[in-house]
Amino acid sequence: MATFVIRRLVASFFVFLAATYLMYILTALSGDPLEDLRASTAPNAAQLIERRIDLLNLDVPPYLRYFIWLGGVGGCFIGQCNLGFNVQGQPVLEILGQALGQTLQLVTFAAIVAVVIGVIIGITTALRQYSTYDYSVTFVTFLFFSLPIFWVAVLLKQYIAIGFNDFLRQPTIPPLAIVVIALALGLIAAGIAGGDLKRRLIAGGTAAVVTGAALAYMSATEWFLTPSLGIVVVALTAIGLAFAVTAISAGLRNRRALYASLTVAVLAIVLYYPLQFLFVSMTLPLFLGLAIGTILLSGAIGYFWGGHDRWQSARTAAIVGFLTAGVIALDEFMSYWNAYSNSSRVRGRPIATIGAETPNLGGNFWVQGVDSFTHLLLPTIALILISIASYTRYTRSSMLEVLNQDYIRTARAKGLTERTVLVRHAFRNAMIPVATIIAFDIGAIVGGAVITERVFAWTGMGALFQNGLERTDPNPVMAFFLVTGTLAIIFNLIADLVYAALDPRIRIS
Amino acid sequence: MTTNIPVQEPGHNEPGVTDEASNLELKEVEGLSQGQIVRRRFFRHKGAVIAMIVLAAIILLSTTSVGVTIGPWRTPGWWPFTWDALTPVENRTRPSLAHPFGQDEVGRDIFALVMRGTQQSLSVMFIAGIIATVIGVVIGALSGYYRKAIDSVLMRFTDVIITIPIIVIGAVLGVAFGSLGASVLGVVIGLFSWTSLARLVRAEFLSLREREFVDAARVAGARDRRIIFRHILPNTVGVIIVNSTLLMAAAILLETALSFLGFGVQSPDTSLGKIISDNQAAFATRPWLFWWPGLFIIAIALCINFIGDGLRDAFDPRQKRMPSARALAKGKGANAVTGDVAAANAPIASDLSERDGGQGTR
Repeated sequence: MATFVIRRLVASFFVFLAATYLMYILTALSGDPLEDLRASTAPNAAQLIERRIDLLNLDVPPYLRYFIWLGGVGGCFIGQCNLGFNVQGQPVLEILGQALGQTLQLVTFAAIVAVVIGVIIGITTALRQYSTYDYSVTFVTFLFFSLPIFWVAVLLKQYIAIGFNDFLRQPTIPPLAIVVIALALGLIAAGIAGGDLKRRLIAGGTAAVVTGAALAYMSATEWFLTPSLGIVVVALTAIGLAFAVTAISAGLRNRRALYASLTVAVLAIVLYYPLQFLFVSMTLPLFLGLAIGTILLSGAIGYFWGGHDRWQSARTAAIVGFLTAGVIALDEFMSYWNAYSNSSRVRGRPIATIGAETPNLGGNFWVQGVDSFTHLLLPTIALILISIASYTRYTRSSMLEVLNQDYIRTARAKGLTERTVLVRHAFRNAMIPVATIIAFDIGAIVGGAVITERVFAWTGMGALFQNGLERTDPNPVMAFFLVTGTLAIIFNLIADLVYAALDPRIRIS
Repeated sequence: MTTNIPVQEPGHNEPGVTDEASNLELKEVEGLSQGQIVRRRFFRHKGAVIAMIVLAAIILLSTTSVGVTIGPWRTPGWWPFTWDALTPVENRTRPSLAHPFGQDEVGRDIFALVMRGTQQSLSVMFIAGIIATVIGVVIGALSGYYRKAIDSVLMRFTDVIITIPIIVIGAVLGVAFGSLGASVLGVVIGLFSWTSLARLVRAEFLSLREREFVDAARVAGARDRRIIFRHILPNTVGVIIVNSTLLMAAAILLETALSFLGFGVQSPDTSLGKIISDNQAAFATRPWLFWWPGLFIIAIALCINFIGDGLRDAFDPRQKRMPSARALAKGKGANAVTGDVAAANAPIASDLSERDGGQGTR
């Protein structure tokens, strides 16, 4: 194992060295870094050219200049990083830090949501194989897969951002739209529910009626201007989550797990008002601390409720606690929506299309959070639409492969409940290849949003790369490549190790 | 899944395939050659057949309407305008009878432009697909067949290429060679997108070279070249064809993305991505500049993806198509084959490469 990792890392190191050399030469030879100054009419142009040549060592030919750059990178190992300067004379290391921050902010949330939704859709289509739902999803996945992201991004900018911002002037939903949306959701629910006609009608009908009623209520009360959930909806959601999570994770027959989840849900409802006092002075560390604390506390509650499998109860309760806390946080964020969208910087057009934040917005933690959300919304939708397709296809085929295995039939034959068969035997094994794909993707994702960043004008890794390339400026391009390449190598290795750890049949040597 | 699972015959080792299902499968392929089976299965995939017709129509439309331009030669087309000719602006550039897709602000006919862009994107797609397939197959075959040192060297080389995100290499090379036109761009994309195919072909070769028929060929005195190309390669043709189509779908998205970023096809020539990029600012006032090229990109990529899916269904020997209860009943009653079961039960290997396609172009 250790030899495998070391051998792999050493080989990757030399491979990467070769790749960086190739990249450096290609970038350096792709144009003239002095082009803008040569065309310049400034009286001190000659001086500027000289200074740039001096700063970037342009008098050294690229195949040797690479080694100057490599020397600077080598300094990172002894704590003196030097990634060189860009053509404007800023140190690249500084820009890289900011760019990496923005990109991570952009891609992390999109990646998590895409994985969760993709896996859920993949599993439901596998369970309803060859149904209308399956066929429709297959077609839609293929469609998403064929979409050019820049096209989607521009469409989103036009229709969602401008459309929704205009909608807020008169936030009522036309009755026809309510009916159409409710029917569409009802059809989807009926498709997922499967089974005989009665079951599908009940599922579809319930979904349609609930959606229609909710939308009509929202429209009538102009909910979108001052959105909030309130204690009633929070309480109902918490109880509902407790039942739903338990049903999937432990089965409703496991009473201890159910009581543990309900305890957590009731605790959350009781703490709803006291927490409001704490929320006024919220900071990011406190927020994260609360999240972790919630998970630990709910896990402990589950553990002490016990039952024949303590950890199962603990896990179930922890998930319920985390989700309920998320709902309460969402409620708090919503209460600042009105203040945010009416602030002088936003002026009633909250959905942003440019950049990562509203400049000089000010405000507390919650207002800043809403601001990030409105900026993240569109690029995140674009990224999710594109990447959800592959996760769906992948989960579906993996799940089908597992469902056809003999041990699934054995599990059914010995009388296990359908939930146990699907969650314990099928789902876990189907997730093994998906987990490796996810690990692989995390490595690729940091450099993978070049186009999205461009359309939404984020100054992340993509912009670093693109601006560098346009100005024939190897140092920023190489900084981009250094980060993405290193991550790709490390996560490739992790993907292999994860596979071996999850699937004992695979031996690495 | 099925609720009534019959007992399997001894020696029948395909898990999950019931007796009824396998009997149906057998009946379906009785007395047919491999090629016939593949053709049959492909033509049963309705989506793939429709996709093939649509793609053929797009190719025909784009090449005949504005004619093909190769270097100094230009064949005439039936469309009254050419893609580079400036015509007087009519109807305030809105779509009209003379210009059904509208015009851009300098008066070029959008239909002609989109047709030219479609040609460019298609040629990038085909050139990149062919080059990547050839390189991928050769490297994968050599690496998998000879193993040892050759394998190590070739696979490390593959790793170098994989480490570089394809949009990055495409952008760097696009800056250098994009002005040379779509065909050069296609070559560049092809030169760097063969990696997933090489890995899959290598894996196939690694397992096939241990089979008896290879030993038999070797004992009979066949040389390495003959074994590789006449004995093993035909057995991997399914993997190769399926992944080549997926490569091509990825190539067309990559080309449009590069042109959109300004690293691909350069003015005065055009491509679908470039039309969108050029007219991005005008979207609010003239959305048709934007809709048509986008729809053509989607149509082409969707067609290729569907054809790839149909080919995977047709070629994949591992596919386990569990006929639905309805199809089974039908098969029992009328001895008919399960015609409506066409969706892909995709094996993981080819889905992997499907992923590779989307990855580069976020």
